[in-house]
Amino acid sequence: MEQDTKKKRSQVDDIDRSMYDFIKDESGQEHLEAGLTPEIVREISEKKDEPEWMLEKRLKALDIYNGFPIPDWGPSIAGLDMDNIVTYVKPETDQQASWEDVPEDIKDTFDRLGIPEAERSYLAGVGAQYDSELVYHSMQDSAAQMGIVYSGIEEALHDEKWEGIIHDHFMTLIPPTDHKFAALHGAVWSGGSFVYVPKGVKLDYPLQSYFRLNARGAGQFEHTLIIVEDDADLHFIEGCSAPKYNVANLHAGAVELFIGKNAHLRYSTIENWSKNMYNLNTKRAICDEGGDIEWISGSFGSHVGYLYPMSVLNGRKARSSFNGITFAGAGQNLDTGCKVVLNAPQTSASVETKSISKDGGVSTFRSSVVATPKAKDSAATVSCASLMLDDRSRSDTIPAMDIRCKSVSVGHEATIGRIGDDKVFYLMSRGMSEEEARTMIVNGFADPVSKELPLEYAVEMNNLIKLEMEGAIG
Amino acid sequence: MSEALLSIRGLSAGVDDKQILDTVNLEVPAGEVHVLMGPNGAGKSTLGHVVMGEPTYEMTSGTIEFDGQDITELSPDKRSRAGLFLSFQAPVEIPGVPLTSFLRAIISGREGIDMKRKEFRKRVRALADELEMDRVYLDRELGVGFSGGEKKKVEMLQLLLLQPKLAILDETDSGLDVDALSVVSHGMEAYQRQCNGTLLVITHNTRILEHLDVDRVHVMVKGRVVAEGDASMIADIDANGFEQFEQAASAE
Ligand SMILES: Nc1ncnc2c1ncn2[C@@H]1O[C@H](COP(=O)(O)OP(=O)(O)OP(=O)(O)O)[C@@H](O)[C@H]1O
Ligand SMILES: [Mg+2]
Repeated sequence: MEQDTKKKRSQVDDIDRSMYDFIKDESGQEHLEAGLTPEIVREISEKKDEPEWMLEKRLKALDIYNGFPIPDWGPSIAGLDMDNIVTYVKPETDQQASWEDVPEDIKDTFDRLGIPEAERSYLAGVGAQYDSELVYHSMQDSAAQMGIVYSGIEEALHDEKWEGIIHDHFMTLIPPTDHKFAALHGAVWSGGSFVYVPKGVKLDYPLQSYFRLNARGAGQFEHTLIIVEDDADLHFIEGCSAPKYNVANLHAGAVELFIGKNAHLRYSTIENWSKNMYNLNTKRAICDEGGDIEWISGSFGSHVGYLYPMSVLNGRKARSSFNGITFAGAGQNLDTGCKVVLNAPQTSASVETKSISKDGGVSTFRSSVVATPKAKDSAATVSCASLMLDDRSRSDTIPAMDIRCKSVSVGHEATIGRIGDDKVFYLMSRGMSEEEARTMIVNGFADPVSKELPLEYAVEMNNLIKLEMEGAIG
Repeated sequence: MSEALLSIRGLSAGVDDKQILDTVNLEVPAGEVHVLMGPNGAGKSTLGHVVMGEPTYEMTSGTIEFDGQDITELSPDKRSRAGLFLSFQAPVEIPGVPLTSFLRAIISGREGIDMKRKEFRKRVRALADELEMDRVYLDRELGVGFSGGEKKKVEMLQLLLLQPKLAILDETDSGLDVDALSVVSHGMEAYQRQCNGTLLVITHNTRILEHLDVDRVHVMVKGRVVAEGDASMIADIDANGFEQFEQAASAE
């Protein structure tokens, strides 16, 4: 089995949907009623035996949620009927520290996704979430000895040592008042990871969290909270996937990243939710003086996506770079991009995105750069290249800039293109089929992003592109 | 049916409503070196591209036979796999695709040519050395930022790697400095020697032909092959240009 998985992950010639698209039986799992009421929120909190303050936060968020209108910009989310989304699905297991203890069908899921294999070969730690709860969490001893904490966030919440820290950070960067789905998240969040990297500690190998949403018509609302103290360094990878259903699923997670003075965090995501997913995820980082956040992002899945990781550069010389690719195929409307707030002198931000649309897919790049009066001598560049693979597909660019400081320099560049017939002919004249030729060109287009990923993930991304390109001709 | 490796019969082709090639007949027997000359805009490159199967051009009449097979309806990749090669006058750039990955992809699945990764690396390095190409180019993105001469060397490298039965070299010698010219000309000899190659050389530069044993010369003017002869035609064209043929072409 593992052998098989490995093969599928690393071989570009041989991949099929079944790698992501398999459904596990969910009977026997605990589901809460669909829809959203204070009772459901209380029930979630009670099950988790949470501190009182957390329940209060949840109920307040629910209030805010109810008061918010549905967003009137971006792709339509009319297909998302909140009364039919199951907010909480508990897998039939508690969190385990050994794969042996994870129930067979769940373990099989992660085996097929190559997670234990990846853990053995190049990760410092792994967390795996199945529906609403973490089912596995483990970290190498060497990382633990460095004082790094990587655990389920709920687990940390029950630890006196961390409860206060979580209390002080949780949903401060993404308050429930931010937007409707942040409020929803605040009310029903479940699962997710807590990472703490102490001052000066640098981890050479990445930590990874993988999110799998198996239950039909359910939502996943995990919360990721990462604190990288001064002078520390971390690479965190998140992956996600789900089998396809004919009813809507919802993902409204939140990622809050706190980066200390001269600390560095690289946050990489390969998102491959199934194409019935509404991905309304919120990610945000705040950097202190000299802090550095690097976002690497590959968005392939989802029916509708709203995704704009945001960097708040709050200290002198803080930096942010965003390198992302979005691939919108048939039936997909992906609205992605990045937000940056320059809020201190000499900060710098670069946003580089690639978007691909195909078979009527819609890919919109949306960015926002805000420079406050404090952003003296800061700089931002935004560039977006779009590739449309046919006449039915759409690509838009919506860059916004709000510059309130004279000495800030900003640059913006956008290109929209198609695959040149001359290039396809050239490659075909060398013996490649039309599909191979187009795939090679698209992979090349995606290269600036994939080369930022660890090799194994770059291979997976190339596979996803290949998968999207299959049957493109015809 | 002729013995020729490549035989083009009554080929007319164009783009949209514009005719570019007019009833072209041309045969190249295996192992021979043929030269196609003609003024700018005569249709030489178009002929090369049509023979390779470029869909931009519509073939309105004629047939193309290669190695005993009618390839008129085949897609370019199938023609390539049948043993046909075109060195482009203007090779393309493919950003983000390292030259080595590209080379690896084009030999993949080719019987007798596909090889193990290690062997492949050795072979490609040896070819780069032979063509006096800095090995750093192998890791660069295909064509991106390559000079005109470097692009032509990459075409030669592919020729030597793929070892086709017949290669159409479309001005592979143009824009090369003296040293590069001699490298390319050695490459052509190597191709002939090592794989008993057959060549159709499109050129304006008679110097490159000095090192080659030319069997036959075809002259194209305004989309038609208006004259054919042995290697002695080259000196004649060098001295007198195409005017003589142009008059012949317009007299018809
Ligand atoms: N894709 C195309 N669309 C429109 N016109 C074309 C196209 N390709 C070639 N032509 C025209 O056909 C004619 C022949 O062009 P071609 O490039 O084959 O000439 P050539 O003999 O190779 O010239 P040169 O010696 O300058 O390379 C020219 O008038 C050219 O403009
Ligand atoms: Mg030409």
